[in-house]
Amino acid sequence: MTAATTGKERSGTPLISVDDVTFCYGEIPVLESVSIDVEPGSFLGLVGPNGSGKSTLLDLLLGLRRPDSGTVSLFGEPAHEFDAGERIGYVAQDATKAARDMPVTVREVVEMGRYPHRFFGRFSTADRRAVEEALEQVGITDLASRRVSRLSGGQRQRVFIARALASEADLLALDEPTVGVDAESREEFYSLLHELNTTGLTVILIEHDIGVVTTHATDIACLNRELYFDGDPSTFLETDALARAYGTDQHVLHHDH
Amino acid sequence: MIQPTFIDTGVPFGGATAVLWIGGILIDGVEWFLAHVFGAAMDVVADLLGTPMLEYPYMQRAYLAAVCIALTGPVVGTFLVHREMAMISDTLAHTAFAGVAVGLFLNSALSLTLSPLFTAFVVAVVTALLVELLVEHAGAYNDTSLAIVLTGGFAVGSILITATDGGIAVGIDAYLFGSLATVSTENVGILMLMSILVGSLVTYAYRPLLYVTFDASAARAARLNVRLYKRLMVVLTALVVVSAMQIMGVILVAAMLVVPVAAAAQVAQSFKQSILLAILAAEFAAIAGVTLSYTYGIAAGGSIVVVAIAVYVVALGFQKLSHRLPNVGQLRSQQPDQTRDGLEADGGERK
Repeated sequence: MTAATTGKERSGTPLISVDDVTFCYGEIPVLESVSIDVEPGSFLGLVGPNGSGKSTLLDLLLGLRRPDSGTVSLFGEPAHEFDAGERIGYVAQDATKAARDMPVTVREVVEMGRYPHRFFGRFSTADRRAVEEALEQVGITDLASRRVSRLSGGQRQRVFIARALASEADLLALDEPTVGVDAESREEFYSLLHELNTTGLTVILIEHDIGVVTTHATDIACLNRELYFDGDPSTFLETDALARAYGTDQHVLHHDH
Repeated sequence: MIQPTFIDTGVPFGGATAVLWIGGILIDGVEWFLAHVFGAAMDVVADLLGTPMLEYPYMQRAYLAAVCIALTGPVVGTFLVHREMAMISDTLAHTAFAGVAVGLFLNSALSLTLSPLFTAFVVAVVTALLVELLVEHAGAYNDTSLAIVLTGGFAVGSILITATDGGIAVGIDAYLFGSLATVSTENVGILMLMSILVGSLVTYAYRPLLYVTFDASAARAARLNVRLYKRLMVVLTALVVVSAMQIMGVILVAAMLVVPVAAAAQVAQSFKQSILLAILAAEFAAIAGVTLSYTYGIAAGGSIVVVAIAVYVVALGFQKLSHRLPNVGQLRSQQPDQTRDGLEADGGERK
């Protein structure tokens, strides 16, 4: 079920294993017989047209939704029963919405990464240290007491990464994190993700910019209700999976880098 | 399918009798507190300031009640406003009015002696949980359904009141617009109890509540029971709204959960600071409002709200000014490329 079906040659247990999953909203199927493995330390780019079920698949991978049929296992447990929340860092598509209005400082947001370790009671020295280190690691220590709404889009995204780092998460999942972020900050942001990935953090990224994905990801899954491709970026560019997934009348966003 | 989930979270049902019983004991405590601690202190203040109104027991009760409302309102309101569901406090206030009417109607029809405040608590908490269950099904807050519940609650209330025999319409004004003179020792006791309850629950569950408010998706991925805390939030809102209704009035009570919070959001940096500033703004509005109300013989609820809005306007002005004056907006001018972004972000707040 693992290496054979995906054609990957890595060894070891996958971090996430999706086996023949189908998911419907009411009567409408959003995902059909999708099987995919996420290996520890990989950088998986999820691509596909709007409404292709990428966000739904991400929800399933993280155990936030349960499939209608098929199984999802996360860190070796059924995904919906998995309860070590601190191992998952998740930046949802609308995550920065509240950050644009709410009075909340950078440090307060990064501290949320420690919440799964300690939802009640006082923070320990280790908690505080993890927060400081996370701020340091993404280079926002000097912004710590600033209100998040006063930051630029690029800085704000770093705050969310720092939150996952403070949590000491093993898995970072991001759903189109750089919408509305200027090109230069985007590049810096993806370099940071790339760097964190090389230090062992597993990354799952939903991104509409194919160029970003093929540059930084180690694996690509191309989706439009069904899985059109799952493999490494160079093979992906050689196949016609993208064109088939998008259909002929779809506009494919491909920036040159 | 809805029923069992509902009973699981039905906080008020099992605890209702216990609350009443504890309430009875508390009233004695509150009476003692009002007479010997708060009352005595107010007498001293009255002497010092030369203001005899502070010596009247009913004014002492009014001040204490206002102080409690100005604490609980913003504490709960801060979470509501930043989840963009300020509307729910208004909705629950209007259904609480139906609760009052239910109490009066039952008393008249079945010759019971229920406290209308008690039925208001029950109806508001039940509505809060029902609305939350609807939201869980629909996946989003919906203005239209809240408007239906709000007007529906008020409609049922007005029908029950006109269907009830006797002169019960007499007391209705006090519920609609609030009143200082009708604040009883019992009301003050309930308010103090609510302040302690809401204050300690929010302090205890601060992190889960903040996480759910700021980023519910991430909170869920972190395996937090998001539904539980959302339900806790609406139940707390119902409790705060009903206990504050007596002074503020059904129509104006929501302002206490919204206006001071909006004022604080203009100037606060951190979330903790915003709660603190909202409480300060609300306390100022409450004390000034009650004083104005007594001095000029005008409505207390209205006076409090008008002062609160004045505070909001001042905060708004201060915030706008801080963008114009470079020395006030020091932080933002450090990096030139952020000034524009900061302004954009703030533009979002002002709408």
